[in-house]
Amino acid sequence: MLEIRDLRVSFDGDDGEVRAVDGVDLTLERGRTLCVVGESGSGKSATARAILQLLGPAGRVAGGRILHRPLPDSDVTDLAALDPMGPAIRAVRGREIGLVFQEPSASLSPVHTIGNQIAEVLAVHEGIKPRDSRERVIQELRRVGIPRAEERVDAYTFQLSGGMRQRAAIAMALICRPSLLIADEPTTALDVTTQAQILDLLAELKESLGMTLMFITHDLGVVAEIADDVVVMRKGKVVEAGTVEQVFHEPEHDYTRALLATLPQRDTAARAADEAPPEPLLRIKDLRMTFETSSGSIFSRKRERVEAVGGVSFDVPEGSTVGLVGESGCGKTTLGRCVVRAYRPTAGEILYRRSDGAVVDLATLPGRDLLPYRREIRMVFQDPYGSLNPRMTVGQVVGEPLVVSGVEDVEDRVAAMIEKVGLPRAALNRYPHAFSGGERQRIGIARALISEPRLVIADEAVSALDVSIRGQILDLMAELQRDLGLTYLFVSHDLSVVEKVCDRVVVMYFGKVVEEGTVAEVFGDPKHGYTRALLSAVPVPDPDLRDTRERLAYSG
Amino acid sequence: MIRFVLLRLLHVVPILVAISIVAFFIIQLPPGDFLSTHVAALEGRGESLDPAYIQALRERYGLGDPFWIQYWKWITNILLHGDFGQSFEFRRPVAGLIGERLPLTLTLGIATLVFTWAVALPAGIYSARKQHSWIDYAISGIGFVALAVPAFLTALVLAYLGFEFFGQSVGGLFSPEYANAPWSLGKLADLLQHLWIPVVVLGLAGTAGIIRITRANLLDELHKPYVVTARAKGLPEGRLTRKYPVRIALNPFISTAGWHLPSLFDGEIIVAQVLALGTIGPLLLQALKSQDMYLAGGIILIVAVLTVVGTLLSDILLAVADPRVRFGKA
Amino acid sequence: MATVERASQRTLIWRRFRKHRLAMVGLWLLGLMYAAAALAGFLAPFGKDSHSSDHAYQPPQIPSFSFEHGFYVHPTAGRTDPETLEQVFTEDTSRVVELGFFVKGDPYTLLGFIPGDVHLFGPEDPGERFYLLGADRTGADLLSKIFFGSQISLSIGLVGVGMSLVLGLLLGGVSGYFGGWVDLVIQRVIEFIMSIPTLPLWLGLAAAIPPQWGPLQTYFIITVILSLLGWTSLARVIRGRFLQVRGEDHVLAAQLDGVPKSRIIFRHMLPSFASHVIATVSLSVPTMILAETSLSFLGLGLRAPAISWGVLLQDAQSVRTVVTAPWLMMPAVAVVLAVVAFNFVGDGLRDSADPYGKRSS
Repeated sequence: MLEIRDLRVSFDGDDGEVRAVDGVDLTLERGRTLCVVGESGSGKSATARAILQLLGPAGRVAGGRILHRPLPDSDVTDLAALDPMGPAIRAVRGREIGLVFQEPSASLSPVHTIGNQIAEVLAVHEGIKPRDSRERVIQELRRVGIPRAEERVDAYTFQLSGGMRQRAAIAMALICRPSLLIADEPTTALDVTTQAQILDLLAELKESLGMTLMFITHDLGVVAEIADDVVVMRKGKVVEAGTVEQVFHEPEHDYTRALLATLPQRDTAARAADEAPPEPLLRIKDLRMTFETSSGSIFSRKRERVEAVGGVSFDVPEGSTVGLVGESGCGKTTLGRCVVRAYRPTAGEILYRRSDGAVVDLATLPGRDLLPYRREIRMVFQDPYGSLNPRMTVGQVVGEPLVVSGVEDVEDRVAAMIEKVGLPRAALNRYPHAFSGGERQRIGIARALISEPRLVIADEAVSALDVSIRGQILDLMAELQRDLGLTYLFVSHDLSVVEKVCDRVVVMYFGKVVEEGTVAEVFGDPKHGYTRALLSAVPVPDPDLRDTRERLAYSG
Repeated sequence: MIRFVLLRLLHVVPILVAISIVAFFIIQLPPGDFLSTHVAALEGRGESLDPAYIQALRERYGLGDPFWIQYWKWITNILLHGDFGQSFEFRRPVAGLIGERLPLTLTLGIATLVFTWAVALPAGIYSARKQHSWIDYAISGIGFVALAVPAFLTALVLAYLGFEFFGQSVGGLFSPEYANAPWSLGKLADLLQHLWIPVVVLGLAGTAGIIRITRANLLDELHKPYVVTARAKGLPEGRLTRKYPVRIALNPFISTAGWHLPSLFDGEIIVAQVLALGTIGPLLLQALKSQDMYLAGGIILIVAVLTVVGTLLSDILLAVADPRVRFGKA
Repeated sequence: MATVERASQRTLIWRRFRKHRLAMVGLWLLGLMYAAAALAGFLAPFGKDSHSSDHAYQPPQIPSFSFEHGFYVHPTAGRTDPETLEQVFTEDTSRVVELGFFVKGDPYTLLGFIPGDVHLFGPEDPGERFYLLGADRTGADLLSKIFFGSQISLSIGLVGVGMSLVLGLLLGGVSGYFGGWVDLVIQRVIEFIMSIPTLPLWLGLAAAIPPQWGPLQTYFIITVILSLLGWTSLARVIRGRFLQVRGEDHVLAAQLDGVPKSRIIFRHMLPSFASHVIATVSLSVPTMILAETSLSFLGLGLRAPAISWGVLLQDAQSVRTVVTAPWLMMPAVAVVLAVVAFNFVGDGLRDSADPYGKRSS
C-alpha cells in the first residue's frame, strides 16, 4: 500500500544541514499494523511526517520516493514528488491518510471547539457544511468512545482530559475514513491505563474499519502489543525490519538485541521475599498535603483546596529500595517533595531515624534545624535539563552543597564523586549544556550523593531518558546503593522499572495508598482493584503473550 | 460571561478611585495655594477681584482644608453635579471647556485606532507568512524607523512637506472657512480632509509596534503542533492560517490593545500641539503652563478614565474571542 | 567542539550577539555617540555659550576648498528685511574664513576635569564664525549645540533607566520571590500605572517643578519623574522571570542543597535572567530618551540654558519656523539615530539572551 524507497529528509539548522532520515526503505502492507520503533533522534517521526509532506519550513524531502496506492486497484502516486503546498497532497491528507500526534493538548486548537475542528475535515474533503455534519461528528465521537458525545462536541480541548483529547484527535483523523492511519507516538504523553485504552481503541477501529495502521513509538512493550510488522530505526537508518515475531525472537542486528535486553523480563517469582525487614529509616505517618490556590481578583477571591496527599502512611526500611507508583496527579511527586521538605506538609509525621538511633519528625522542623538532614536526605530529579543550573559548571553544581556548608576539600571530593558516577574528571570545568541526557543524570546523581546521604529520593529519575540509557543509570544507582549503603525511595509511574529495581512497592491513587507490600506480593498477587487495573494495562513485551490477558478497568 | 463582565467592572472601581486621587494630587502639586497665586497674577496685570468672590471660591474648593476634605469636595462635585470646577484662565467652567473639545479628541482617537488595526494586521500577517521575503524586510525596516521617530518630528516633517509641495497649511482640523461654522456635510468633508495627517502621524508608532507583535506572535504560532494537525487535515494554507494561528496570535494583541490607548493620548498631546489641533492635548498643556490646575486635573481625570474604560472594553473583547479567558483557564 | 563545552554563558551570548549584524552596527553607533558626548568640547567647533546675534537663523554653510586657503567659507552678515521681516543673509565674497583642524578656540573641560582649548575642526581665527549645520534663534552653532546636547540626552536615558532598574528589580523581585499579598498589591499598582496615559502625568509632575530651580536640579527631578512612571515594564519582566526561574528544578535543587535564601537569589536565580533584564533595559533606554525629548520639546522638561536635544527642538515647534529654517530639525536626526541604535542593540541582546533556548532565525 505504501512503499518508501531510499527516503532522505534533511533539516536546516544553525550548523548547516542535518540529515534526519538517511536512506530509509520500508513497505507497509495493506491491512496490517506496522510499528516504527527507535529512540529519540532516530528519524522515525520525520519519516512519518515526510509521508504527508508535513516537515515544516526547515525540513524537506531531499530524495527518495514514497509510493502510495490508496486502494488495491488504484494508481500509484509518488507523494514525495508532490508540492508540499499543492492541492494534490492536500487531497491525500485527512482523506486517504489520517494522522494522530503525540501531544493531544498541543495538537488541537485551544480556541475552537472539537466539533468545529472535526467538522472542518468534512467541509474540506466532502464539502459538507458544518451545521449539516453535526450529527455525523457526534456519531464519530461516540465511535471513539467519548461518553456524552452530544455535549462534548461543543467542548474546548482544555475542558477534556488527556485521554478524551486523544480520542477526539483520533475521531478527527478518521472521520473521512482514510485507508491509512499514521499514529505518531499517540500514547506517550498519556498514563499507562489511558494508554491501554487508546491502544485497544486503535486496534478495534483498525479491525472494524479495515484500515492500515502505521504506529510510531519508542516503547517496545507497545510494539509487542499491537504490531504485525516492525521496523527498527537508528540515526536515520533502518537497522532491522520483519514481522513482530522475527524481530522479538530472532533479532539480527546488535542494536535491536540491545534494545530488547533493556526490556524487563517478567520473573515475578524470582525475587525472594525479604526475611525480616530491617528497621525503618523513614516512617511516614498519616501525611497530608493540601494546596491552596487563590485565583481571581481582590473582590472575588476563590480559594480552592486541593488535597494532593491525603493521609499516607508507610515505612522505608533501611538499605532497601521502595517504589512509589501511581499515575500522574496521584500525589507521588508531592509526597517525595514533602519528604525532602521542599514543601511543608499540612499534617502528619515524617519520622527519620538518625544514624545515632534517635528519631526526629521532619514534618514540622523549621528551616534552620533542617540543614543537617538536607545533607542526609537527597533528591534526584526527573528532568536532567531543568535541574542543572546552565550558568554553573558541573564542578560548581555538584560542589554547591559542600560550599554552603563550609567544607574544606571541596574540589577533591567533587572530583572523586564525578569519577564515581562514571564521568571523566575533565567534566568538572564544563557547563551542563555540553552533556547528553544520560550524562546529565549522572551529574544529578553526583550532586545528590556528594553530601554522603543515607536516603535518596529518585523522582522519576529515569523517565526522561531513552531506554538504552535508562538501563545504564539504573545499574549505576544499584551499584552505588551497594557501595554506599543507600536507601532509595523510588518515585515512578513506570511499573516495569519499579518491578525491576524495588524491594517494596507502595501504590498511590488520588492521594491515598491503595496497596503496599513487597514487589512479589504486589505484582504477583495484587489485592486492590486499582493495582490490578494498573498491572493489566502495562504492555507485555512479548508478542506471543498478546491477548492472553484481559484488561481490567477500575474507577474508584 | 455576564459574571466575567461584572467582575471586571468591579475591578475597575478601585482603579478609577486611584486615578481621581492622582489627578487631584497633581492639582495640588504646585507650591502654594493656587488661588492666591492666581489673584496675585491678576493683580499684577492691574485687575482685581471682589474679596467676597475670592472668599466664596475658597469656601467652594475647601482651600485651607486638609487634602482629603478638598479631594472629597472636588470629587463629589464632579460625581453629583458634573462640576469640574472653574478655569481661572478662561473664566469658564472646566466641564464646558472639556466638553467642547472631547468629541474631536475621541474622533481622532478612534480614527487612529481604526487606521492602526487596518494597516498593522494585514502587514503583520503578511510579514510573518512571507518571512525573509523582501516585503517582510521592508515592513520591518519601516517599522524600526517608525518606532524610533518621535511623533512630533513626523508631524513636523509632514507639515513641512505639505507646505513645500502643496502650499497648503496642514495645521488644524478645519479650513478657516469652516472653523466656526455650524456642522454640515461640507464641514464633515473638510474634517475628513484634514484628519488623515494627524491620524497617520499618531498611528505610525503604534502601527509599527503592532506589526512587530503580530509578526512575532504569528511566527511563534505558525510552527505549533495544532497548525501541523490542521495541515494534516488537508486544509489549504490560506484558510488554515486565517482560522488557526492568526486567531490565536491575535489574542495577546487584543489584550494589549487597551495599553495602546494611553500612548495614543500621549501622542495626541504632542501632535496636536505641533499641528495646532483643537483637541484636548493643547488645552492640557496650556493649563499646566499657566497652572490652571482645575482644568489640568479635570483633563487628566477624563483622559485617564477614558483609557481605563477602553482597557475594560478590550478585556471583554478578549473574553469573547478566547474561550480560555472566558472559562478562567489562562 | 572543545571550546563550546567550556564556553560560559557570557561567551555564548556574545557569540550569538556578534552574528546579529544590525545589533553590531547599533553597538558601534552607540559607542561613537557616547564617545562624542564625552569629547563634546573637543569635537564642537564652538563653546557652550558661544553665540552671535548677527547670525540668528543662519543657514548651513558648506565649506569650499582652495589651495590658497585650504577649507574656507565666506563670512556672512544677517539683517532683517524691513518689508517681509525675514532674515536675509548676504555673503561677503571678498573675505574668507579659513578653516582648519586642531585649531585653538573656546576653552572647555573634558569629562569635567581635563581643560583644553583645541578643537577638532573650526575657524583658524577664534573670533570668526562658521556654521556647518546652521544657527539657531540666538545665532549659536547648531553642530556644537548638538554635541553638547548629547551629554544630557544620552545620559538621561541611562540614569533614568538605572533608577527604573533599581525600582523594578526591587519591586519586581519582591513581587516575584515572595508572592502572596505583596505580589497582589504590587501587581495592582503596576496595572494601574500602565493603564493611565503617562505623558499627562509626566507633564503634570513636571509642571510643578519650580521655575527657579537650576538646570542640575531640574535634570535630576526630570529623571526621577521619568523613572517613577517607567519602572513598571521592567518590574513586570523581572517578576515574570523570577516566577519562571523559581519554579525551575535547579532552584529547588539549590534549596535542597541547603543554600541560604540570599545565595539562591544572587547566585542561582539572578544570573539566569540577568541577560533578559539587560535586554529589556536596553530597549527601555530609547523610551526614556524620547520621553525627555518630548517633555523638553513641549517646554515642560529641561529649559535653556540647559542644552539637550529636546531643548534644541523647542525652536522647531511650529510649522512656520520649520519651513523657514528646516535645519533646526537636525537634533531630531541625532535623537532618531540614538533610538534606532538602542533598539538594534536591544533586539540583538533579546535574541541572544538565552543561548540555550530556541534558535531564532
